[in-house]
Amino acid sequence: MALIEVKDVIGGYGGAPILNGVNIAIEQSDIGVIVGPNGAGKSTTLKAIFGLLKVTGGSVMFDGQEITNSLPDKLVPRGLSFVPQEKNVFTSMSVEENLEMGAFIRRDDISGTLEEIYAMFPVLAEKRRQPAGELSGGQRQMVAMGRALMSKPKLLMLDEPSAGLSPKYVLEIFEHIVSVNKAGVGILMVEQNARQALAFASRGFVLASGKNRYTGTGPELIADPEVAKSFLGG
Amino acid sequence: MDELIFFINKVIISGTVIGSIYALGAVGVTLVFGILRFAHFAHGDMMTLGAFFTYSLVAILAAAGFSLPIPLGIALMPVAMALTSVAALGLDKGFYAPLRRKGAKPVTLLIASIGVTLMLQGVIRLFYGTSTRTFFESEPKDIFRIDMSWAGGTRPITITEPQAWMFGLVVVAVLALHFFLTRSRLGKGMRAMSDNPDLAQVSGINTALVVRVTWILAGALAAMAGTMLALDVSLKPDLAFNIILPIFAAAVVGGLGQTYGAIAGGFLVGFAETLAVFDWTVFLRPFRENLPEWLATAQGLSLVPTEYKLTVAFVILVIVLLVRPTGIFKGLST
Repeated sequence: MALIEVKDVIGGYGGAPILNGVNIAIEQSDIGVIVGPNGAGKSTTLKAIFGLLKVTGGSVMFDGQEITNSLPDKLVPRGLSFVPQEKNVFTSMSVEENLEMGAFIRRDDISGTLEEIYAMFPVLAEKRRQPAGELSGGQRQMVAMGRALMSKPKLLMLDEPSAGLSPKYVLEIFEHIVSVNKAGVGILMVEQNARQALAFASRGFVLASGKNRYTGTGPELIADPEVAKSFLGG
Repeated sequence: MDELIFFINKVIISGTVIGSIYALGAVGVTLVFGILRFAHFAHGDMMTLGAFFTYSLVAILAAAGFSLPIPLGIALMPVAMALTSVAALGLDKGFYAPLRRKGAKPVTLLIASIGVTLMLQGVIRLFYGTSTRTFFESEPKDIFRIDMSWAGGTRPITITEPQAWMFGLVVVAVLALHFFLTRSRLGKGMRAMSDNPDLAQVSGINTALVVRVTWILAGALAAMAGTMLALDVSLKPDLAFNIILPIFAAAVVGGLGQTYGAIAGGFLVGFAETLAVFDWTVFLRPFRENLPEWLATAQGLSLVPTEYKLTVAFVILVIVLLVRPTGIFKGLST
């Protein structure tokens, strides 16, 4: 059974629906990547899963339970975490406080998880007392990922983790995502750097106009001449 | 030396008193703004309400012949703080929460809070009338006189017992708030929600709980500030309504949403007010023989007459906003 199963989801922000029947299924061992042109509903899909907009049709199952239209304060304790694309750190709070906020729902000892995050991102350990707003874009992205991992999620959703980063950091962030997945966390991410992201994706979803256009493994999609021509820029 | 003692009594002590009250009031305003993103105009009346809670408790206990070595108003203030927190939660549940659920804009909530202001004042007048009351009907208001003869002064530095308590309790309150906001899980959650409400929600922070904690803190701080103000002067239904504007000025000057900014802003506005109305001719007295006659006989060399004290807060507000539009500490906007 899939860790998350998005079935024929329809939804939007109140006006005309943006999602017109999206289907996504991911195992905990998978890295799922959603690609597609601007306005295809990629980010909207993640927000619909996370209860940030109204789902009017279809269903979302997570870990064997229906979570359609559940709110984040119910989803995070169940093992779902989300890294928004923008404004994804608490700028006035220190790096460590940002991480603590990711574990807000936990009542057990978080120091072990904190050390795991610092082991993964050693640069954050150095800057643990510094306000997150003073960090560079790449370091902020690490804080954002670290914050989301502090709740010990089963599935980590990332909205364009590479947006606005220099090529060096893009590669570094992708490497971190792969290692998080190897540690047993399912990944579902939206990416603008489609070709690069699909290369390591075990599941790829090409969306257009709020619908699935192509589904397959990352390498399959890259190899598909139709996908390459229409969505990966030739 | 007497001139200096006069200055200490008139400016240092008075400025600390009014600065403390502004600071406590402004912290409440700024916390509510940080979490709920609207200017809570009725904060002043929560202060008055808290003072009346304390007053009622004192009256009941005094009527029963109860007395303590410390002023009853100070001893019973914690109870009034708890009552005011409950009242603040009730106001939120009854008025602001329904509006938020409908997605009301900040300006709608602001206007609703003006309605709550009028309502609270009306309720207080209904129960207590419009007369001015004092906490010190059944017990004396002790005055400490610090003898300054060792320094060549003929007059003492005077400080009332409630003022002395106020200085101590304000320090305690500020430290307690500091440790709550920087050490406790809920306090950090409050700062997180003030910093970035969307991300706080995404992180799974229980935002409804944070809102409740904010009202509890705002109510407690309001009751503390109101009671202290009433202990220092007297109690009337428009007690804190009259100073809500300088309190807002202090919160804005400090940077909205910034707790430490509100404290700094409160003391800045408080001291500026007392300095502005201080009669500086006192310091000319020792040099009277050597001064030209027009200066030696000058009367009332203060920056503004006492009646215009309120304008000082706004002059500071305008200057600060021109130089640093988000306040001394970088504040939030709606």
